[in-house]
Amino acid sequence: MTVTDPALDSVASALEMDKVESHLHPEGSFDLADHPVPTGREEIWRFTPLKRLRGLHQDAPLGPTGLEVQVDAAAGVQVEQVPADSPVRGSSGLVPTDRVSARAWHAAGQATVVRVPAEAVVPGATVVTHRGQGVDGATAGHAVIVAEKFSKSTVVLRFEGSAVLADNVEIVVEDGAELTVVSLQDWADDAVHHSTQHARVGRDASLKHVSVSFGGDVVRHDATAEYAGPGGSVEMLGLYFADAGQHIEHRLFVDHTAPHTRSNVVYKGALQGEGAHAVWIGNVLIRKVAEGIETYEENRNLVLTDGCQADSVPNLEIETGEIEGAGHASAIGRFDDNQLFYLRSRGVEEDEARRLVVHGFFHELIRKIDVPEIEAKLTETVEAELEKNVLKAF
Amino acid sequence: MSTLEIKDLHVSVDTEDGPKEILKGVTLTIKDGETHAIMGPNGSGKSTLAYSVAGHPKYTVTSGSVLLDGEDVLAMSVDERARAGLFLAMQYPVEVPGVSVANFLRTAKTAIDGEAPKLRTWVKDVNAALERVDLDPTFSSRSVNEGFSGGEKKRHEIAQLELLAPKVAILDETDSGLDIDALKVVSEGVNRFTAQGDKGVLLITHYTRILRYIKPDFVHVFVAGRIAEQGGPELADQLEAEGYDKYTKAAV
Repeated sequence: MTVTDPALDSVASALEMDKVESHLHPEGSFDLADHPVPTGREEIWRFTPLKRLRGLHQDAPLGPTGLEVQVDAAAGVQVEQVPADSPVRGSSGLVPTDRVSARAWHAAGQATVVRVPAEAVVPGATVVTHRGQGVDGATAGHAVIVAEKFSKSTVVLRFEGSAVLADNVEIVVEDGAELTVVSLQDWADDAVHHSTQHARVGRDASLKHVSVSFGGDVVRHDATAEYAGPGGSVEMLGLYFADAGQHIEHRLFVDHTAPHTRSNVVYKGALQGEGAHAVWIGNVLIRKVAEGIETYEENRNLVLTDGCQADSVPNLEIETGEIEGAGHASAIGRFDDNQLFYLRSRGVEEDEARRLVVHGFFHELIRKIDVPEIEAKLTETVEAELEKNVLKAF
Repeated sequence: MSTLEIKDLHVSVDTEDGPKEILKGVTLTIKDGETHAIMGPNGSGKSTLAYSVAGHPKYTVTSGSVLLDGEDVLAMSVDERARAGLFLAMQYPVEVPGVSVANFLRTAKTAIDGEAPKLRTWVKDVNAALERVDLDPTFSSRSVNEGFSGGEKKRHEIAQLELLAPKVAILDETDSGLDIDALKVVSEGVNRFTAQGDKGVLLITHYTRILRYIKPDFVHVFVAGRIAEQGGPELADQLEAEGYDKYTKAAV
């Protein structure tokens, strides 16, 4: 991390700001040679079905053209393509910590930059839709979202169709800015998507990062956040629905690099069908410097049928006790028989009772996401997913 | 008409050591407009009776019958029993996160009546029912039972009793854990229900306190899975004075 304030610089070494002996804090590198082809035994790869990554983790050529991009910018928001050597790339502090991210970094020929001007309060969302054109070739992508000082805005990245995609998404939330970023993976069944999303959150800035995954064969998202100053706040929300044969993996890392920062992570998913696999790794590191912070992370999985697997691993590493609070919760469960009994004892048929319970499970999360542009879509998709199994399997 | 006939009901639950019989032959008939109180010590099987009549999957009926107006209740699914006119007010109402009270009540009413209630009158009905049990109208937008106090949960059960208008209501220790004010509110709700004339009530309780507010026509003493004695309201007074000792000793 770069420390520019000289006063901070002098204490940085005392506080071991730069190096932390922590498995939660892997050394990143832009040099591909530092990222050998994974075998699947590595901690960061142990849950991922490498064979189904279509060579993204090996040397499959990455082209720039596998996706059609459509931009629907909200008023005042600038969206442009910049060449790969633009200094805006890397401005979030992103340093690839795995081979796919490093390969995508080098292969991306350009970057999509979404810039919200300083102090702009933007109504409505900027939507960048990526339409995959097929799984014959793999694609590298790069996007940078910059919310300048004191701006307030929402950016939605939408992914549809079929594609094999490795991308890096950088999010820069400058001091006092308020930004919502939604990454909506509504892929076709054969898509493979490995995404690395890194955010730097400025002083008193707040970021709401939302990841929604419905489709795809393998979808793996690594979302990380660090703080550039005190008072920053990060909320990470996730909603996923893993169907038969689908692998959906989220690896989150909130690095509390500044005092009085906050993070709140809530990921909820449902699994249904043979071979549905959901993985959630929630890492939080509270550094020595991060006094007075508050963090909470939560992952809940609702297993709707037999043959599913959910892995849920929260990790919390605390280097200072001078904090407001730190906690996590993780749960994997089936339908609660008592909930179903209660609803049915009021005359509600079993199907309807199940539907109510699942809707309830996701409802609060959808309300927290609070992006009107996608809310109807989320409710609709949850309903469509329920039709597949919940309402006929019993 | 609403008659609930329970005949020689035997019920067991699965335990680690195999099935264990909890109800050992219960016979009880609740006729139109009657209120029956079932009293008994902890572990006597009172709640098991309530839950097995409502159809909870944990309990297995091994023999006997339950008829509601002549219809075989045991052949019905849980929700069919409710639609046939049975209502169970639970001792520990279940939280259903993310499902609002309004949505829950409307869904239940629609299921029971076979058609959606008329929107205009329904909202009014819900608010009035909540108000009668001293629940603020904002309860409509809260998740079912989530974060409710013990008393609020019980009052919410009674509001459902009023709105869903069953034929027979089984109240499983609805009085337990209530302070005197909440007890009065709940009792008044039950009395409004029975005042309709053709309703049956099976009031299960551990304490005689609630019987000062709800007058039973019959009192049954439940011990070790059977009815040990029955009588009129005076039996409750006797229990108040003497406790269950003589019955529990007799059962051993």
